Amino acid sequence: MKEHYINLPLNANDIEQLSVGDKVYLSGEVFTARDVAHARLDALLRDNMALPFELQDICLFYCGPSPTPEGKICGAIGPTTSARMDRFTPLLIEHGLRVMIGKGDRSEEVTQSIRAHHAVYLVCIGGASALLNQSVVSRETFLWDDLGTEAIIRLVVKDLPAYVSVV
Amino acid sequence: MNTRLIQDSEVEQRVFEAIQFITFNLDPNIKPILDKAYLNEQDPLAKDVLTSIITNIGLAKTNLIPLCQDTGTLVVFAELGNRVLIEGKTLEQAINKALARATETCYLRATVLSDPLFNRVNLGTNLPAIVHTKIVEGSELHLHIAQKGGGAENMSRLKMFNPSACPQDIIDYVVETVSLAGSKACPPLIVGVGIGGNFEQCALLAKKALFVDIYANHPDPSYRDMEKDMLIAINETKIGAQGMGGNLTALAVHIMTAPCHIASLPVAVNLQCHSHRHLAITI
Repeated sequence: MKEHYINLPLNANDIEQLSVGDKVYLSGEVFTARDVAHARLDALLRDNMALPFELQDICLFYCGPSPTPEGKICGAIGPTTSARMDRFTPLLIEHGLRVMIGKGDRSEEVTQSIRAHHAVYLVCIGGASALLNQSVVSRETFLWDDLGTEAIIRLVVKDLPAYVSVV
Repeated sequence: MNTRLIQDSEVEQRVFEAIQFITFNLDPNIKPILDKAYLNEQDPLAKDVLTSIITNIGLAKTNLIPLCQDTGTLVVFAELGNRVLIEGKTLEQAINKALARATETCYLRATVLSDPLFNRVNLGTNLPAIVHTKIVEGSELHLHIAQKGGGAENMSRLKMFNPSACPQDIIDYVVETVSLAGSKACPPLIVGVGIGGNFEQCALLAKKALFVDIYANHPDPSYRDMEKDMLIAINETKIGAQGMGGNLTALAVHIMTAPCHIASLPVAVNLQCHSHRHLAITI
């Protein structure tokens, strides 16, 4: 099992080094987005509105953290099922998204889109939230606070463990 | 016949303590199975995944970070003795009060929406708990309390078989359910299988089957053999922990059965992820 320590955002050269089954330790900025946040990003793109970030510069993490306990940096974090985001993913990739973290298989359409655009889909271990919590350096709600745990949350991580699933 | 009074506040406090416990403490029977699987596993990727899952168990307990960010819906199986009277609020009200308190003080994720389709608003309370109550003989209140995550629940299935179906058809259906779920259900899984009853009873049997002792078997040898066959077939899929391959796709398969209609043979498969958070208490 090959291991890579990588700083985010990933560039094309970083992605080229990755093979399915490799383990990666990610450091840098990730943005959480689940179902509703994806629907809203999709609506913005379809209406030709500005997105809150440059898609090519970011990594999306399909994750809804639990609340931050007093005195801690972050609550439990972990991936949710990526397939629920599949209907929105090709358009996001077309607009520049290159790095996604989640759990489980993607649709054929998303897999092809990832490969065609030299993007990468990484998986984190589900139900290992106290372990992944240790990689979080900071957590702040970035956008759409009304969505609670489904808001877009900006996490800064150090050596977040994940595995390459589609590249 | 003497009636035993239990104060609603006692129910609330005990349920609260149970929720607090299962948020950070896994079913203690799971870790030894994971440890053994780790020792027997040859595949480095599968070994690495198992290491993380095992490490997480200790970290959650020590650091008081939930085992999984999906702290789930609260499911309660209640057996209320027929000589018990709960004074004050109803059983469900007491459970919901405990859940609201635990959501706040244990920093549970607000995961439950007020309406499933047109008004998916998160009120932040995780209410209501899903409570199944059965009146039994006696002077005690037994509660089996579980946090059920969404990932494995989403991949669960129910099929109304023709009565002419053979046991192998049911085994194939269960294995197919696990295969279709793949890594989405967060294996290694516990697989609850309901056979018989009617549509809703069958689903309930499958759910109940998840929360029996992990080493328990069906009392009837025919079903016991079926449980073993299903477990072997599921692990032969090599989906493995988190879908990363290896020999451990399921930790256990439990079948629960009930009498059924001459025209029917319902089968339900309820999946439980490895983050198996549940506790039985008696008041």
